[in-house]
Amino acid sequence: MTIVLTIAVLVLVAIAIWQMTKIFELSQIKTDNSQIANDKDNKYNGYLLFGFLIFIYGITIFSFAKYSKFLLPEAASEHGGEYDLLMYISFVIIFIVQTITQALLHYFGYKYRGEKGKKALFYADNDKLEFIWTIIPVVVLAGLILWGLYTWTNIMDVNDEDDPLIVELYAQQFNWTARYGGEDNELGMANVRMIDINKANVLGLDESDPYASDDIITKELHLPVGRKVNFRFRSQDVLHSAYMPHFRAQMNCVPGMITEFSFTPTITTEEMRQNPEVIEKVKRTNKIRAERAALGQPNGDPWEFDYVLLCNKICGKSHYNMQMKIIVETEEEYQKWLEEQQTFGQTMASMN
Amino acid sequence: MSAIVQEHTEDHAHDHGHHHKETFITKYIFSQDHKMIAKQYLITGLIMGFIGIGMSLLFRMQLAFPGESFLLFEWFLGDWAPDGVMDADIYLALVTIHGTIMVFFVLTAGLSGTFSNLLIPLQIGARDMASGFLNMISYWLFFISSVIMVSSIFIEAGPAAAGWTIYPPLSALPMAQPGSGLGMTLWLVSMAVFIASSLMGSLNYIVTVINLRTKGMSMTRLPLTIWAFFVTAIIGVISFPVLLSAALLLIMDRSFGTSFFLSDIFIQGEVLHYQGGSPVLFEHLFWFLGHPEVYIVLLPALGITSEVMSTNARKPIFGYRAMVASILAIAFLSTIVWGHHMFISGMNPFLGSVFTFTTLLIAIPSAVKAFNYITTLWKGNLQLNPAMLFSIGLVSTFITGGLTGIILGDSTLDINVHDTYFVVAHFHLVMGISALYGLFAGVYHWFPKMFGKMMNKNLGYVHFWVTAVCAYGVFFPMHFVGMAGVPRRYYENTAFPMFDELTDVQVLMTVFALIAGAAQLVFAYNFVHSIFYGRPAEQNPWKSNTLEWTAPVKHFHGNWEGEIPEVHRWAYDYSKTWDNGDYIIPGQDYVPQHIPLQENEEELQH
Ligand code: HEM
Ligand SMILES: [Cu+2]
Ligand SMILES: [Cu+2]
Repeated sequence: MTIVLTIAVLVLVAIAIWQMTKIFELSQIKTDNSQIANDKDNKYNGYLLFGFLIFIYGITIFSFAKYSKFLLPEAASEHGGEYDLLMYISFVIIFIVQTITQALLHYFGYKYRGEKGKKALFYADNDKLEFIWTIIPVVVLAGLILWGLYTWTNIMDVNDEDDPLIVELYAQQFNWTARYGGEDNELGMANVRMIDINKANVLGLDESDPYASDDIITKELHLPVGRKVNFRFRSQDVLHSAYMPHFRAQMNCVPGMITEFSFTPTITTEEMRQNPEVIEKVKRTNKIRAERAALGQPNGDPWEFDYVLLCNKICGKSHYNMQMKIIVETEEEYQKWLEEQQTFGQTMASMN
Repeated sequence: MSAIVQEHTEDHAHDHGHHHKETFITKYIFSQDHKMIAKQYLITGLIMGFIGIGMSLLFRMQLAFPGESFLLFEWFLGDWAPDGVMDADIYLALVTIHGTIMVFFVLTAGLSGTFSNLLIPLQIGARDMASGFLNMISYWLFFISSVIMVSSIFIEAGPAAAGWTIYPPLSALPMAQPGSGLGMTLWLVSMAVFIASSLMGSLNYIVTVINLRTKGMSMTRLPLTIWAFFVTAIIGVISFPVLLSAALLLIMDRSFGTSFFLSDIFIQGEVLHYQGGSPVLFEHLFWFLGHPEVYIVLLPALGITSEVMSTNARKPIFGYRAMVASILAIAFLSTIVWGHHMFISGMNPFLGSVFTFTTLLIAIPSAVKAFNYITTLWKGNLQLNPAMLFSIGLVSTFITGGLTGIILGDSTLDINVHDTYFVVAHFHLVMGISALYGLFAGVYHWFPKMFGKMMNKNLGYVHFWVTAVCAYGVFFPMHFVGMAGVPRRYYENTAFPMFDELTDVQVLMTVFALIAGAAQLVFAYNFVHSIFYGRPAEQNPWKSNTLEWTAPVKHFHGNWEGEIPEVHRWAYDYSKTWDNGDYIIPGQDYVPQHIPLQENEEELQH
């Protein structure tokens, strides 16, 4: 249906364009044919420039009114709040500048549209003016840079303070695997050269490394709320990127190298599901999905909110569907889940 | 022997305007005349542009209607769209080739190649480029690389599909992706040829600007177009070789088993032998070109805008010296900001800080340029020709797109929007659309110079207004898609229920994109029709000051009959008056560069 509609719209627009050109061409025969803008062109296009300014404001307001609710919900990590604030301030600045400069640009285009006999002002230089608008960006940007760098240094400082949980995220075409340090919270040695598919050693752990035997390998990422997590990322084939948008976290996974990122989850999945924004979002989404189901289309089953880990670096055919569920839960729930998991040592033993 | 040579050169020096006997081949195909070469670049670039934009329409349809069957897909993609449903691999291939074509073939070669060739000799007062022969080779290498790139679309396994950034290992391993086989080989070969072409062109531009300026044309009297082309060429010479070396090392990794970029890889059930290389190294090399590349694309567009805006505002460009300084500052800074594409690549975070700093620095000259353009309009007598509208449009999209750069250049904020549609929206506005507007402004403005005909202005107006509305219609809402967390290079978003409600936005953007595509047909029609049936142009239709308008409409090798005009003033004496308010030349609001200073006229200090 949408397609028929779209095609109809397109056809109409095409006809409209064609008609417009025809009208333009007809109206032109009577007037001069120099193909150089005359007063009438200047007038109409001047008005259109003004109209365009209104269009820019309009589409901005429209987008904010209609699409703001699509944005990510409140950050679910400790540094996320700081991130969101910095983003918010940057946006305020951007919008002030955008509103003013677009207004000047288009208003001047309208106001000073050409007329025969009008004289332009010969105005080639003004050092003071130029100094002012060099110095204003310098000051504003300096502020943003300093704040940004301060936050960046804090976020990227991956250290062992506060007894962080150590988790490895392992990427391959086209899925994720998580590995926990186990009892000792220490990851065993691993390398792709030690992968043994037949023995289900898919992450290439060193079977002789005592640190490895208590490692826990899972296909869901469970995190206890309020505890710092130090992530270490590996990839076995091509570049991937571990993107956890709800936590304002992302890091590339690079074959041949271990990369790191660290954050502290602050909101459990359960709590996030109770967030009014999220409730609304789920409602809207499930309405769409119900419509699909009614039409017998795929992806119609109801959805429940969950944090996700997405792949955000082009990695091949199924890049668009490389995901893992993230569950943030209380310490007790986490411990309970952990105990249900097999350790690497147990898995190996059961293979023999 | 030497006597003969002597005689020949002397002969040549005197025969200004003498026409060699030219055959069809030497005139239209293997021409060494910069004006013909410019037209060859333009037409090749435009054809590539239509291919590139056509591809974007195909994958935009897939994004709006994921998994839907289209007859269009079946026609264009054949086996890659079984039953009219686009295959996921070919989606990535389309995105990759679209990006490559638009950035390199349309906006580097098509824009800079066209207008550097056309304008450098004409505006500095030279009879041709320093080396017409090298110039000809440069075009033909570009042509060959275009042919290779386009032909890669037709091979069985499909063209390169690792994104226009071709990061290894994806681009290095045919097992990782079908496009990384022959398709990627052709991509690399094509780009190597392209780089050779670009280097020859750039060296030629640099030498010509330095050596062949006419009498009186000091560097500070150069039109801003020439400054822009000149500096662009310098950046190209500095950064393109680095891409070439990256491509060569990648070829080695692919074909000769070296490990520059690869290490510890296990794919399709086996461990590969590669050891010790790093994909991050490739990213450094790629972006060492990649970022300057966006200025290679943009600076010529800004140069064209300066010229077109000043002429049509009937006012000097505001702050000529600041404009030159900004171009130089941007050029310098553009070579030390590449790391902002790699904040979360695994690179040392401290390096990230440095690149944040340099990146936000580059915002300053960019801001200065935007303010200067706006002031140029102030109190002007704006002649709103299509070229002028495209120039104003450029400033508008340059600001809108540039501002979001403040977010992406801030390493902290980049964490969550990196590689999302926010980036796609940003770079399309600031680089893609802006530079495209610059290209259009240039075509409308210099069409009379290139083809001796006028383009139809009303079709130009339709073209501009539809394009301007649609460009915002496509790329403004796209920021929201990005901030909702949608990654780029996704074949469809249906695997994530959290993106379900964005489908409406996708449809809206696609509708705007299709209309924008249709508007380009108006341009194509106008372009071709005007070449043959356009109104014959007068010599200086826009009443412009620069030297190219002192050359006769009719083209011949050598540009000017008789002496090359001498330059006596800068290029921006529009609406200059005596103290009593009368124009310097009575009844004429402009004073071309070759007019000597009048008695008692003061030359402004620039
Ligand atoms: C009708 C006009 C255009 C539309 C609708 C369009 C649309 C798109 C879309 C949807 C993507 C995919 C983004 C992704 O998945 O990562 C894309 C990628 C891209 N486009 Fe465009 N585009 C247009 C014109 C241009 C222009 C003028 C340029 C010139 C710079 C350009 C350069 C690129 C580049 C460099 C990429 C990235 C390719 C990659 O990810 O490898 N596009 N375009
Ligand atoms: Cu991936
Ligand atoms: Cu960059």
